[in-house]
Amino acid sequence: MMKTVFKRTPTLKDCPTHYCPGCGHGIAHRLIAEIIDELDIRDRTIGIAPVGCAVLAYDYLDVDMVEVAHGRPPAVATGMKRTNPDKIIFSYQGDGDLASIGAAEILHAGHRGEQITVVFINNAVYGMTGGQMAPTTMLDQVTATTPKGRSAAEQGYPLQVSELLATLPGTIYIERCALSSVAQIRKTKKAIKHAFDLQLEGADGMSMVEVLSPCPTYWRMSPTKAMEWLENNMTKVFPLGRLKG
Amino acid sequence: MCGNEALAESAIIAGCDAYFGYPITPQNEVPAYMSRRMPEEGRVFVQSESELAAINMVFGASATGKRAMTSSSSPGISLMQEGISYLSGAELPAVVVNVMRGGPGLGNIAPSQADYFQATRGGGHGDYRTIVLGPSSVQELVDCMPLAFDLADQYRMTVMVLADGILGQMMEPVVLEKKKGRELPPKDWALTGAAGRKQNIVRSLWLPEGALEELNNKLLDKYKQVEKNEVLCEEYEVDDADIVVVAYGVAARIVRGAVSRAREEGIKAGWIRPITLWPFPTGQISRAADEFRIFLVVEMSNGQMVEDVRLAVTGKAPVLFYGRPGGGVPTVDEILDQIRQLTLRPKT
Ligand SMILES: Cc1ncc(C[n+]2csc(CCOP(=O)(O)OP(=O)(O)O)c2C)c(N)n1
Repeated sequence: MMKTVFKRTPTLKDCPTHYCPGCGHGIAHRLIAEIIDELDIRDRTIGIAPVGCAVLAYDYLDVDMVEVAHGRPPAVATGMKRTNPDKIIFSYQGDGDLASIGAAEILHAGHRGEQITVVFINNAVYGMTGGQMAPTTMLDQVTATTPKGRSAAEQGYPLQVSELLATLPGTIYIERCALSSVAQIRKTKKAIKHAFDLQLEGADGMSMVEVLSPCPTYWRMSPTKAMEWLENNMTKVFPLGRLKG
Repeated sequence: MCGNEALAESAIIAGCDAYFGYPITPQNEVPAYMSRRMPEEGRVFVQSESELAAINMVFGASATGKRAMTSSSSPGISLMQEGISYLSGAELPAVVVNVMRGGPGLGNIAPSQADYFQATRGGGHGDYRTIVLGPSSVQELVDCMPLAFDLADQYRMTVMVLADGILGQMMEPVVLEKKKGRELPPKDWALTGAAGRKQNIVRSLWLPEGALEELNNKLLDKYKQVEKNEVLCEEYEVDDADIVVVAYGVAARIVRGAVSRAREEGIKAGWIRPITLWPFPTGQISRAADEFRIFLVVEMSNGQMVEDVRLAVTGKAPVLFYGRPGGGVPTVDEILDQIRQLTLRPKT
């Protein structure tokens, strides 16, 4: 007798992926799709895709979605949620999008306590444009624009956005997770689900889950090596766990 | 009520669901008024952290099918250009009010018409158009708002209301009433949660070969419809005129005074006042140029709309220019002097 032990969740579309082998975006998409289906909120959810490798997130997630200018998802989310308090609004953003060009927008959405859910994918580089330095790039990490490795003196230290946002009264839940192992992926799913739950309950403020995510292509490593590097190096600068809420 | 407050109340009557904005002179009365009135109506007011954020909040509200607007003045409108380009690519309706001030840079807070190029040429990147309305009285500013929302919804475009510091601050009696709007197409593209239907996507990225070209051509067809159907323009005693003065907005009010005085002096003068700056009344001006007469364009800038007048006249008649930039406002006497000189009438 055959038994189904794993199947695609309906909100995840059945299509080939454009992501590189070992990229974390595909895993994060699946977690979001599963959560939307488990919470049964597909018919009231609106997602916001960033500019970055995940710009085509709507090709994978079968919910109403918008694609917006680089870094502006929290402002767009504000416009959506304020005019549609009954809808569930989430933004999905990379570290260039959220921590660099959109730093003002995320800070002020958090500051105003917008009732939105933010999924923040930190892969320590700008993936889409060819692996340049991000604010979250590690010290000594070689990227397309730090050929000698990032130096604190010249480019500053990796920016810890979650710690920063956790200081704001307007944020209610901030957690940092990782996609480095099955156990960590499970924890990530739990965290993102909690962030959606809070919005469903009408909790008064912004929730964000930072997800440390591998980019084997621009870390110039095999997918397995990338997972190890993430776990051994990134988590030292970006410690996992609940920062708030 | 000053012009700024009147336009805000008119937007509320027109069914504006949400206002997002960042303070800047000379339009601060708009957010102040909205911050009080929108909550009274159970609608949305947010003071954004920047104009970048304001226009993207408009983007978000509009993507869900709501009527949304923002207002600002020149430096703030420059910051909104990114958002206007994205709104245009995504074909989202939006209403943006620019109460212009002097520039470039921080310029000054005096009335100005220096943002004509930016407004009518699309200050953002890419191949797009925005509808631009140039009212010349507080009543017309009031009447522009429901029209702006209707045009935005009908064509899924950004409509910019181009006012200036004088109109924004001016007190004039106005009639504020709800008028029947246009029949509008349903917003079946809006993001409302995919309940009982397929996913809706609002986007401006089109990577496959030919896909963006297709979108641009679709936009072009739409823009042609707007050019065909939506031109607004007023004219006065053009038929027998030896000289036609072309001006919009507040400058047109001053021109009106100068032309009346010229007529009193026996000079055959008339005026044309474009109300839509895009689509521009090219046809009306071209027709006026079929008979030989002099065109004088008056602007509160060093000459921007004059280029559209030249394009309309296509060399059939001389097009001259008189302008006061940097917050300077031309007087009736200054314009009358120009008219006299151009028609070879010595000062009386
Ligand atoms: C205004 C603007 N500046 C720059 C770019 C180019 N750009 C596209 S994606 C990107 C960085 C994306 O990096 P990140 O947010 O970390 O996402 P990832 O691709 O790594 O998932 C940049 C700089 C742009 N599209 N728009």
